[in-house]
Amino acid sequence: MYNKGLVITGIVIFVLFFTSPFLIGLVKSGPPPEPELSPKAKLAKQCVEAKEYMVEYHMQMLDEWRNEAIREGKRIYVATDGKEYTVSLQNTCMDCHSNKSKFCDQCHNYAEVNPYCWECHIEPKEKL
Amino acid sequence: MERSRRSFLKILGISTLGLGTLKSVDLLAKVELGEAVYERNPKGLTGKRWALVVDVEKLDEEATQKAIEACHRIHNVPDYGDDEEIKWIWTDKYGHAFPGQEYDYLAAEIEEKPFLLLCNHCSNPPCVRVCPTKATWQREDGIVMMDQHRCIGCRYCMAACPFGARSFNWKDPKTTYWNEHEPPNPTYPVRGKGVVEKCNLCAERLAVGEMPACVEAVKDSKAIVFGDLEDPDSEVREILHERFAIRRKPELGTSPNVYYIV
Repeated sequence: MYNKGLVITGIVIFVLFFTSPFLIGLVKSGPPPEPELSPKAKLAKQCVEAKEYMVEYHMQMLDEWRNEAIREGKRIYVATDGKEYTVSLQNTCMDCHSNKSKFCDQCHNYAEVNPYCWECHIEPKEKL
Repeated sequence: MERSRRSFLKILGISTLGLGTLKSVDLLAKVELGEAVYERNPKGLTGKRWALVVDVEKLDEEATQKAIEACHRIHNVPDYGDDEEIKWIWTDKYGHAFPGQEYDYLAAEIEEKPFLLLCNHCSNPPCVRVCPTKATWQREDGIVMMDQHRCIGCRYCMAACPFGARSFNWKDPKTTYWNEHEPPNPTYPVRGKGVVEKCNLCAERLAVGEMPACVEAVKDSKAIVFGDLEDPDSEVREILHERFAIRRKPELGTSPNVYYIV
């Protein structure tokens, strides 16, 4: 290969340059924050569904909830374990997860997602 | 090793297939729930065509204010006090509420009286016809419902409604009003900037078996009666059978479901 040194340095610089946004992000953002449970949520042990499911699919579930409650008028959710919950972000979810800043906002900020729930729904008052 | 073009393509195909299945195996391994089950509250009120009958004689000014206050408190309706007012339930003069049915020398008592007005939950709602996103639609029980999640604020419905029952949020209620006033009902949301809102006939209260807030507020005098027009034994049908009632702008063919006994 001709100009071996130059070519390889070139390739390294090229790769570093094009992956720089990811690398900078990795360094800057640090490890993902852990959502904190309020005492009430801790005591309940389980959310409406299993934790793994909630972590991965809470947004789909909330979307489904709002459609079922408002559009279909079905305001009771029967969980897989047979327990019944009132379909309401403001009154059911936030009743347990009353620590919105530590439970919702931390991760949403980290992941740079801006759910517009709180433009209308009243967030619980947190004791600071 | 020499490899023919043919065998190379074969291997490529098989590997792609393999990679594809890997992905779907991965998907299957994720947490899955069965079909989600949603139910209605068995205590909820059900009907086919909800209607209100307002007895204007029984509904004095004090009771009118009580009904308005109850509704606005329960639904966190802001009171801006300017021309960007949000109306769920409000008052106006007879001549404005019932144009075409007024005349000179109208009884002074009627002419000056503030009539209680709200969304008529029309059987043939023009607002629903024009909504491009189905943010407003007619439920099976006749309620003309609003889904604030879906409203894009185009205000077609406001142009279509002949009763002025819809209001647009020109400003953000949260930052312009609720930062100074405590939302009176922490269990009910407020609205965002750029959506249209109106009376929802207390759909959230009917769902748990409660009467609409305005009806409840004046229940001692029975000045506003709520019921199902399709049910021949309902109280509203009984009253309409005995008393003559008028509706707002019936000539427009929207078939309003709020009746006024004058």
